Amino acid sequence: MPQVDEKLIRHIGRLSRIELTDEQVAVFGRQFADIVAYMDKLQELDTDGVEPMAHALDVSNVFGEDVPGESLGPEQALANAPARHGDFYKVPKVIGDS
Amino acid sequence: MADLTELSAVALRDAIAAGEASAAEATRAYLAAIDARDGTVCAYNQVLSQRALAQAKAVDAKRAAGEPLGVLAGVPVALKDNICTSWGRTTCSSKILADFAAPYDAGVTERLLAADAVILGKTNLDEFAMGSSTENSGFGPTRNPWDTDRVPGGSSGGSGAAVAARTAALALGSDTGGSIRLPGAFCGVVGMKPTYGRVSRYGLVAYGSSLDQIGPFGRDVADAALLLGAIAGHDPRDSTSIDRPVPDYLASLDEPVEGLRVGLVREFHSESLDPEVRAAVDRAADLFRQAGAEIVEVSLPHSRIDVDAGGQLSSYAVACYYIVAMAEASSNLARYDGVHYGHRTPERVGDIIDLYSRTRAEGFGEEVKRRVMLGTYALSSGYYDAYYLKALKVRRLIKNDFDAAFASCDVLLGPVAPETAFRIGEKTADPLTMYLSDIYTISANLAGVPAVSIPAGLSQARLPLAIQLFAGLFEEEKLLRSARTYERAADLGPLVPAMAGGA
Repeated sequence: MPQVDEKLIRHIGRLSRIELTDEQVAVFGRQFADIVAYMDKLQELDTDGVEPMAHALDVSNVFGEDVPGESLGPEQALANAPARHGDFYKVPKVIGDS
Repeated sequence: MADLTELSAVALRDAIAAGEASAAEATRAYLAAIDARDGTVCAYNQVLSQRALAQAKAVDAKRAAGEPLGVLAGVPVALKDNICTSWGRTTCSSKILADFAAPYDAGVTERLLAADAVILGKTNLDEFAMGSSTENSGFGPTRNPWDTDRVPGGSSGGSGAAVAARTAALALGSDTGGSIRLPGAFCGVVGMKPTYGRVSRYGLVAYGSSLDQIGPFGRDVADAALLLGAIAGHDPRDSTSIDRPVPDYLASLDEPVEGLRVGLVREFHSESLDPEVRAAVDRAADLFRQAGAEIVEVSLPHSRIDVDAGGQLSSYAVACYYIVAMAEASSNLARYDGVHYGHRTPERVGDIIDLYSRTRAEGFGEEVKRRVMLGTYALSSGYYDAYYLKALKVRRLIKNDFDAAFASCDVLLGPVAPETAFRIGEKTADPLTMYLSDIYTISANLAGVPAVSIPAGLSQARLPLAIQLFAGLFEEEKLLRSARTYERAADLGPLVPAMAGGA
C-alpha cells in the first residue's frame, strides 16, 4: 500500500479535476488513509485464476439497428447550457495565444 | 370517505376505479398531507402540485369517458430526484444540478404516466445517491418520520420518508448498495431492489452503472408488488435491461411458495448485530417455520462480517463494493464539466482545466468529491490491478457464494442494517463508519440479485425494525410471495408514525 500523503491527494485531485483547499487536502488525507487501509483487506483473499466480474448478468454486445432515431433539437440540447453562442456551447479559450 | 392517505395504494387504486373516490380528491389529500408534514420531514426537494392535479383530473376524465385505466390510475407517486422528468427539475440533490431541467422523461417516468399514476414531486437523496443517511444532500437532510432527530436512511431517504409519513402513496428510489432497502428499514416501509436489468435505468442519473437499479417503496408488500409490475420490463434504450416477460406480481402474491426453503445466512448472524434486530430475524425464521417453510442454514463466506478488538466491523463485500462503485462514479461524474449543463463557476479562470476543476470544487459536496477521488485513485496507473481488478475478482467470489446458497434454498433471510435508525450527525465525521451501514445490503448489488426490506415491528425505542429477503436472479415473484408469507404470519398491520396519525 502506498503512503497516502498530501502529494498523493493533490495528484488525485488534479486527475479528478477537483480543486482542493489546503484544509481538504489534510482531511481527505486522513480519511483516505483509513479507507484505503480498509480496502486492502481484499489482499487477504486468493483470487488467482478467478475471472473478473464487471457485470452482474452475462449479457454482452447488445446491438441496436443502425438507423437514425429521435434526438434532441438544438434548443432542447442547449436549454441547460451555462453559456452559449448561437447553436454552440461557449467555453473559455482552450488554445493558447502562442 | 375518510382520509384517502390512510388507504394502501392498492385500495386507493381500487376505490378510484370503483368511483368511490376521485383521483383529484386523492391528489388533494396528499398535497394537504405534504403541506402539513413535509416542512418537518423534508422528504421533497420539489412538489409539482399543478402538474399532479392536472394528471389527476385527466385520470378522472378518462374514467368518466369509460376509457380503460392504467394499473396505477390516480395513485400519487413520489420520484427520487435522480430520475428524470421532463417537467420540474432533476437535481440529484446536488448544487451542480440545482437548476437542471431534464429534456426527457426516464423510462420509469414514461411507464408511470402510461399506468395513469399521478406524480407528486421529486424526493431528497444523498447527493448523486452517495450515502446511507440522506445527510449528504446539497439541500439539507430529510428527517425520519418516526423520530425527527434521526436519519431516514439513504440514499433514497426522501422516498422512504414520504411513504412512511403518508405524504406519498408510493415512491420510487434507486439502490446501488442498499439505498432503497436501508430507508425502507429505517422508515418502516417495504423497499425493494429488483434484479439488475429488470427495470430500465434509462433516465436514471448514473452513479455506479453496474450496480444501480430502480425499485419500489410501498407501505406493504402488495403495494411494492403493484409498483414493480408497473415499472418492470425491457427498454432498448438501456442496453443492460433484459427482455423477459413481466409476471403479474400482485395477482400471484397471496399464493404461498410450495415447499418454501428459507436460507438463514450464517455470516449475517454476527455478534455486532443490534440484539433487537437479531431477535427480529430469529422471529422471522420462526414465523416462516410455523407457516410451513423449511429453514436451512446457508453460507455466504465472502460476505462475512468480522469484528476487530475495537468493535470495528469489516467485510470483503464492503471493500469490494466501494472500490467498484467509486471507480464507476469517477467515470460517470466526469460529465459534470460546467460546459453542457449544470453549474459553471462564475469566476474568471485561466483555461478549460481550471474551469472544470473550479466548477466541480464549487458544485460537488464533500462525499461526492471523496468518492470520485477514491475511484480515480483505484483506476489510476499503478493501482488498477491492486484495487479495481482485485475487486472485480472478489465480486465473482461473492456472486459464486449466492449461486451456491440458492442451490439449497429459495430465498435468503437476514437483517437489513446492523441497527435501527441512527441520529442525525452521528456518523457524518467518519465516512468509513457510514459505509458500514450497508454491510448487509451491498452483496445483493454485487451479485445482481433482487432483495427486499420488510417491516418487522418496532423496537423498545419505537423505531422500525426490519428483515431482508433475497432471491435468485429474476425471481422477484418468488421473493414477493415469500415476503407476503412473512407479512401475513407477522400480522403487524401497517406501521404508522405518530406524526401521520399512528398510535
